[in-house]
Amino acid sequence: MAGLEDLYREIILDHYRTPRNRGELDAPAVSAEGHNPLCGDEIRIFVDVRDGIVTDVRFNGSGCSISQSSASMMTSAIKGKPVDQVKAIVKKFKSMMTVDEDESPVDESLNLGDLEALQGVVKFPVRIKCATLGWNTLLDALTTAGQ
Amino acid sequence: MSLDVASIREDFPVLHRMINDKPLVYLDSANTSQKPQVVIDALSNFMSNGYAPINRSAYQLAAEATDLFEGTRTALAKFINAPKAHEVIFTKNATEALNLVILSWGRANMKVGDTVLLTHMEHHANIVPWHMLVAERGIQLRWIPLTSDGQLDLSNLDSLLQGVKAFSFTAMSNVLGTINPVQQLCAAAHKAGAIAIVDACQSVPHQPTDVQAWDADFVTFSSHKMCGPSGVGVLWGREVLLEALPPFLGGGNMIADVRLDGFTTADLPAKFEAGTPAIAEVIALGSAVKYLENLGMANIRRHEIEMSTYVLNSLTDRFGDDITIHGPTNPELRGATFSFAFRGIHPHDLSQVLDQSNVCVRAGHHCAKPLMRILGANATARASFYLYNTQQEADMLADALDSASDIF
Repeated sequence: MAGLEDLYREIILDHYRTPRNRGELDAPAVSAEGHNPLCGDEIRIFVDVRDGIVTDVRFNGSGCSISQSSASMMTSAIKGKPVDQVKAIVKKFKSMMTVDEDESPVDESLNLGDLEALQGVVKFPVRIKCATLGWNTLLDALTTAGQ
Repeated sequence: MSLDVASIREDFPVLHRMINDKPLVYLDSANTSQKPQVVIDALSNFMSNGYAPINRSAYQLAAEATDLFEGTRTALAKFINAPKAHEVIFTKNATEALNLVILSWGRANMKVGDTVLLTHMEHHANIVPWHMLVAERGIQLRWIPLTSDGQLDLSNLDSLLQGVKAFSFTAMSNVLGTINPVQQLCAAAHKAGAIAIVDACQSVPHQPTDVQAWDADFVTFSSHKMCGPSGVGVLWGREVLLEALPPFLGGGNMIADVRLDGFTTADLPAKFEAGTPAIAEVIALGSAVKYLENLGMANIRRHEIEMSTYVLNSLTDRFGDDITIHGPTNPELRGATFSFAFRGIHPHDLSQVLDQSNVCVRAGHHCAKPLMRILGANATARASFYLYNTQQEADMLADALDSASDIF
C-alpha cells in the first residue's frame, strides 16, 4: 500500500505550515470561491491580471494540508507569469492529478518544480479533489477576470 | 443483560478482515453499519431461491416474496411499537422519507408566512426540503439554538413554538451524539398545535423506540444504519395523517385507478410506495430487525452508554486539552458518536493517518453544515461506536491519534 510518506512530503508540510501568498487582494483584482462538498474545505483565490500577466495572486480559506499546501505552491508557481503559461501549468498539474479533461495536448516541457511533490496524492484518490480545489478555483477566478 | 460483544463480532464477517495484516477498526457506524451474517444470508437466499415481484402476480413464488416483504413491515411495526403495520412506509432511504413527509405535508398544509420550527443540530435532510418549501411556498423557518455542551436550549421552547405548524427535529444528533427528549418535544409541539416530525435515523439503531410513547406524528429512519442493507428508508406516520397526506411519487403500485383524466390512490401503505421497491433489501431488513430484537435494544443502549463512558474518560485522560470532544459529557444524555478536534490537525489529514491503522472514522461536515458553522469548524473527525465495538478498539483509536502527531 502507499505509505503516508508518499502523501505528506516535507515540501508539502512546509507550505502547509508556512503558506505563501496567503491573504486577499483589493479591486481591481477579482476572486472566486471553491468548495469541496465532500469535506467542507473552502478556498478563495484572488488574482490581479494586468496586460495578460498574473501580476499578483493570493488565497485564503480553510482546509486540509493537501488543499492548503497545493494552493500555496500554486500561487508561487504562477505569480508573475502570462495567463497563457498559467493555464498551461494548470493543465499540466491537472494531468499529473489524472483529472485533465480536455483533449488539447499537455506541454510536457513545462517543469512543475516543487509541485511535483504532490504527485503522491494520486495514490490516494480521495485526496485528488483536495489537491485540485485551489486550481479549479483559480480557473474560475481567471474567467471572472475575463481571461 | 450486557452484550456478549465477542460473540456478536463473530456474526459480522467483515470485522475479521485484515487489511495490510492489521485488523479493521470500524468506527463509522453513524455513517452506515456493518452487516451480520443473518442479513447477508437473507439477501443471498432470497436472491438465490426466492426472487420474484411483489403485490402483482398470482404464482406461488411471487406470493412467497410478498409475504416475506410484508413480514418485514409487520416486524418493523412491532419494533417501533406502531399501532398498525400499514403505517410503515418503505422509501429508498431516510432522506426520501423526510422529503416525502416534509414536501407532501408542507404543500398540503402550509401557505405564505406559515412557520416551521427546526433545531441547529439538524442533518441537511431535515433542512434542505424545508428550504425548498421556503422557495416554493414562502414559509418561514425558526431555529432552536444549542447550549454550550451541545444540547437543545429549550429555555424558550414555548415561545419559539408559538404559531408554528410543524416542529421537525432529530432524536439524536449525528454530529454531537446528543439524545433529545423526544417525548417532551412532541408534547410541546402538540400543545402549540403543531405536528411533530422526528428524524430518528441515529436513534432507532441504538435504543428502544416506541412511537406511541413518543406521541410523534411522523418518524423516519434508515435500514443501513441498523444492520440492514442500504437502499431502504422507513417512514412511520399516524394513520389519520397518512390518509390525509397527498401522494409523493406517482406511478405503479400507488394507484387504485388511472383514467385519461386522472387517478385515484391506493390504500396505505401502497399509496406511498410507487414503483418496484428494494424487494430483497426490505426482506433482509426483516432479518436485521430480528437480530437486533434478539440482542435486545435496551442491552444495546446499555453497551453504548458503557462505551461512551469509556471513550470519554480514556480520551480525556490521555489527551487532556489536546482533544475537544463535542456534545454532552454525560453518557446518559448521548449516543456513542463522537465528533472531535485533535491538536489542530485537520480532520481530513487525521482520518488519513488513522487509516494507516485501519481505524475508520468519518471526516467532514457530516451533512450538517449549519451546525459546523456554530461549532466554528468546517469539518470534524467523527468516531462512532455500535454494538460490535470494544474498549480495545477505543484504545486503538487513541494510539492511532497519537501517531498523527508524529507527522503534523
